[in-house]
Amino acid sequence: MPRLLLFIPLALFSILILFLWKGLSIDPRELPSALIDKPFPAFKVEALLSPERKLTTADIVGKPVLINVWATWCPSCRQEHEQLLRIAQENKIAIIGLNYKDERTAATQWLTQLGNPYQFNIYDESGMLGLDLGVYGAPETYLLDAQGIIRHRHVGVVTEQTWQELQAIIKSWEKL
Amino acid sequence: MIPELGEYALILALGFSVILAIVPLYGAASLKTIWMEYAKPLAKAQFFFMAISFACLGYAFGQDDFSVQYVANHSNSQLPIQFKLSAVWGGHEGSLLLWALILSGWTLAVSLFSRGLPLDMLARVLGVMGIIATGFISFLLWTSSPFLRYLPRYPRDGADLNPLLQDFGLIVHPPLLYMGYVGFSVAFAFAIAALLSGRLDAAWARWSRPWTNVAWAFLGGGITLGSWWAYYELGWGGWWFWDPVENASLMPWLVGTALMHSLAVTEKRGVFKSWTLLLAIFAFSLSLLGTFLVRSGVLTSVHAFASDPERGFFILVLLVLTIGGSLTLYAFKAPNVKSESSFGWLSREMLLLINNVFLMVMAVTVLLGTLYPLLIDALGSGKISVGPPYFNALFVPIMGLLVVSLGFSSVARWRNTSLESVKQQLMLPGIISLASGLIFPFLYGDGFNFRVFIGISLSMWIITTVFREFKGKFRSTTSIAEKLKQLSPSYYGMMLAHVGVAVTAIGITLVSVYSEERDMRMAPGDTMELADYQFKFLGTKSVKGANFVADQGTIEISLDGESVVTLYPQKRRYNVKKSMMTEASIDPGLFRDLYLALGEPLADGAWAVRVHYKPYVRWLWLGGLLMALGGIVTVFDRRYRKNDTQKQGVANA
Repeated sequence: MPRLLLFIPLALFSILILFLWKGLSIDPRELPSALIDKPFPAFKVEALLSPERKLTTADIVGKPVLINVWATWCPSCRQEHEQLLRIAQENKIAIIGLNYKDERTAATQWLTQLGNPYQFNIYDESGMLGLDLGVYGAPETYLLDAQGIIRHRHVGVVTEQTWQELQAIIKSWEKL
Repeated sequence: MIPELGEYALILALGFSVILAIVPLYGAASLKTIWMEYAKPLAKAQFFFMAISFACLGYAFGQDDFSVQYVANHSNSQLPIQFKLSAVWGGHEGSLLLWALILSGWTLAVSLFSRGLPLDMLARVLGVMGIIATGFISFLLWTSSPFLRYLPRYPRDGADLNPLLQDFGLIVHPPLLYMGYVGFSVAFAFAIAALLSGRLDAAWARWSRPWTNVAWAFLGGGITLGSWWAYYELGWGGWWFWDPVENASLMPWLVGTALMHSLAVTEKRGVFKSWTLLLAIFAFSLSLLGTFLVRSGVLTSVHAFASDPERGFFILVLLVLTIGGSLTLYAFKAPNVKSESSFGWLSREMLLLINNVFLMVMAVTVLLGTLYPLLIDALGSGKISVGPPYFNALFVPIMGLLVVSLGFSSVARWRNTSLESVKQQLMLPGIISLASGLIFPFLYGDGFNFRVFIGISLSMWIITTVFREFKGKFRSTTSIAEKLKQLSPSYYGMMLAHVGVAVTAIGITLVSVYSEERDMRMAPGDTMELADYQFKFLGTKSVKGANFVADQGTIEISLDGESVVTLYPQKRRYNVKKSMMTEASIDPGLFRDLYLALGEPLADGAWAVRVHYKPYVRWLWLGGLLMALGGIVTVFDRRYRKNDTQKQGVANA
């Protein structure tokens, strides 16, 4: 019997390898194909800064918007924050925040301290909307067209280069 | 031409590592002395060609050879020379080359500093390291060669190194970290060699100990440096983020800590053999796993350079072969889990076992937190991410328990200790610790604080118990100076490291509780106050660096009307990548840091200015350095060299 105990590490390792192997075939940067060119999932969630206000899909359609998934616990979000502020300053597209699995007080403080690039913030405390959207982790940014259809997904920090790419996509719509 | 030479040298290094993986091991298995004798020269040849290969890549960076893809992607002609050279490991391919170079360096070190080792043992150890080197150099050559060219048309200038990495921290952080990661391959190789030979005696543990301690010290030093780098470079004063890459380095460090203690028990008391072997395998496996997680892109992270499924697959195969192979060997050859030497419930053995369990639980906590998003994803239950709240909620309390048991194991004796003696030794330290924890928040802060109470009490607990045990050494001696000389470097190293734990704990506690920060809109001439300091903003001016332009603010700091220091935080714009960087300006101090960063420019020359007051933040790195220093000091123990030759006859028998 004690000899069998010595096989436990090997068994655990084999299970781990199975998961890692499976994990390799999943590309975290890829949107589940089901959602691209599909409407943004329906939701009815509180606004971050005014809890009495209920936000729904109606609030995000009408014009192209960027939906930025962020949280105060996410270091990369802080890294991209200044870029978001610059995008907001250029005033070419509205940025809507999706505050993901966060604490309201911390998030509010963050916005007052670092500046608020967002038109408004969806307060997804439970992360359910993020789950519907297939959020892998913060930060993520989605480009929606005027009909509220998801056209592009960016995983990771938004940089000046990302912003150029997003602008190129928006420009291509204007040509149509 | 030079890059091709580098590739060629790499191929030759692979050739030598393949021979190293086969010849000495075969010699040891069939008792052929000549075959075993080949191990040393092969290790030297392998290192020689790795060094040439690495130097060739460095040369390509120095010469701005942008026809080499890797150079073009990670350097630029404007880059200052020291960053051009450190850019060698600024990306995936180059950092792997550094990994392989360091591995061959460790192999060389083992071949040079193991004169007392029996030939068959040395042959097996070097052979196992040759196997690992074969795996990694093949990985380099087949999936990640840094010597590929852009031909015939190549870019006129490079894409530049990520500005975050253009810093002193990046010059030293990765090499130190890799020294640690890869250093565990030596303990691993010793464990495998011991399993292969079936000789699991105290000698094996003694041979492994100095190597393990040095690797552990490097890894701890690297982690400390990384934390410090993140603090001043990311521009917002955080020092640990539970980022997957940080976790990847923390896990081997935790297991390495357990391994050091377990090796001590195995050497001194001949127990825990199977457990120690397993830890040696785990410590290196986690280093490999860390490499896999960072390089394969299965987890996205701030630090991740490039990710590529093909590379991920290759590393996964390497993982299966090395870890799976060694665990299989372990399952068949490890001694049965029973101890030949008995110990009581209250003994140093038992307490060190408990400490091992805590460390393993901490490592598993970090592992699960890091892999959980991946596990959930693989099970098809959606995509999630785990944040710092999870880690803090689980990790911190277990760390507290570990520290409590540290105090007990300091004063407990081998074999058995009476409850009475433990009580008698620990009563006073216990009272002092609790009292300091209670009083400190009143003296320093403005009233009782539970977190400070716990943090300070635990830190004082370590210091007082270490001191209590130290004092106990002088009980039966009259000459203090004589005794101080008698105590071994191992002992002093242990004390240093334990005090380091306390210093780090104090730093973590106080900086988490008493930090203050404020973001203010400041126009030139404005003043603000934080933690009794006055900050006067004198406006910004434009300055030009080698490869960036910056707005540089000038801020005068005074305390009660007396000038303290003037700081110059910058907002940089790097010319090539067009990226903005916040360059914080810090006034460091043993008891507090003043940390200034420029936010966004506002109207009329005003800026958003971020001011942090960080009490005792230096302590958490100071403690990390003390721990690392402790690890290094132990190596100077003469026992490791002297006994090797004495025991050789026994080990050969």
